[in-house]
Amino acid sequence: MSTQEKHFDVAVIGQGPAGMTASLYTARSGLSTASFERMGPGGQMTDTEQLDNYPGFADGVSAFELAFAMSGQAARFGAQTVGEEVVELQLDASPKKIVTASGAAYTADAVILAMGAEPRPLGVEREGELAGRGVSYCATCDGGFFRDKAVAVVGGGNTAVGDVLYLARICSEVHLIHRRDALRADAVYTEPLRELSNLTMHLDSVVDALHDEEGKLSGLTLRNVKTDEASEIDVAGMFVAVGTAPKNALLAGAGLELDRGGYVVSDETGKTNIPGVFVAGDLRTKPLRQVSTAVGDGANAAQSAFEFLSLS
Amino acid sequence: MAKVISSSEFQSEVLESNVPVLVDFFATWCGPCKMVAPILDEVAEEVDGKAKVYKVDVDQSPDLAQRYSVMSVPTMIVFENGQIKKTSMGAQPKQGLLALLD
Repeated sequence: MSTQEKHFDVAVIGQGPAGMTASLYTARSGLSTASFERMGPGGQMTDTEQLDNYPGFADGVSAFELAFAMSGQAARFGAQTVGEEVVELQLDASPKKIVTASGAAYTADAVILAMGAEPRPLGVEREGELAGRGVSYCATCDGGFFRDKAVAVVGGGNTAVGDVLYLARICSEVHLIHRRDALRADAVYTEPLRELSNLTMHLDSVVDALHDEEGKLSGLTLRNVKTDEASEIDVAGMFVAVGTAPKNALLAGAGLELDRGGYVVSDETGKTNIPGVFVAGDLRTKPLRQVSTAVGDGANAAQSAFEFLSLS
Repeated sequence: MAKVISSSEFQSEVLESNVPVLVDFFATWCGPCKMVAPILDEVAEEVDGKAKVYKVDVDQSPDLAQRYSVMSVPTMIVFENGQIKKTSMGAQPKQGLLALLD
């Protein structure tokens, strides 16, 4: 590829729903668009088996199929996928520079950041060591390995309760551990919990320690935060669903404004404090992180990029 | 193409291979596994001659999944001279997979 071909009007970083929608809109408005993705299309969406709250699919839709449809749609209008991990971003340069893992460098006049977020670790000792040895961050990925075994889910939001509902169908027992006295999840998730005969709730409780047998998780020490009482449960799996953390590692040093949680500060236009740099999806400061809000962000950020390029 | 192999082929194709073998333990129902599949195919092509890439469906070959303590998909295991050389959990970009074979 010649240097000439490595310059694009817009570089979109990430092929989750926000990034793919942004690419669709910029490519469709005639801007040359490079869409960077380290793995495959979908982002966090592919951690879900089926999406039931993405409009337009009365019976729900496979997250994987939706991801590939979005990717194909952006490609139809000419968005070019660069299937490599981005290792460096120079956002304050002009044009902006994008370096990938193979050492290839690309430039673009506008950048749309859509790297998304990832599951946040619980922060308990030995968690990293036992990841993939009983500790998991994806119930739909790993639940099948705990068929007819006892497992725990940690968290109190929609993801945690969704995990409980999924795991209760395949595991012998499910323990739900939440540090507060009530779940945060919506009623549509919590209502079906009452029907589960194999669920034990541990409210006001935190995980204090992980135990293993021969390198595999075998149990947890729980502590009630109100009474300080400790208890032990035997589980082969622990599914962590305590929220997400922004994937902002590439953003250090550019002077981009982040909030306390590390998310990129922007309103719904997707404009950041750096001209020509836009943000869309889970990486942005916003109240609700869903596929449906990500696609809206993608369209808005693309429009802002289009306006920026028209004026400059 | 990274070929899916069965338990009966594992001994000859993986353990008795004279080049390093990257094995992707995957499941048909796992999103990240589907995401990494085309990347594995690229890696297989790129390392052709120097190393091999195979896939094991954990539902079709539960014996292999159990033998190698696979409790998370995808799990990548690199075998050399019949021994486990590296293990890596989760989907990974191409450079990461190539690094496993270094």
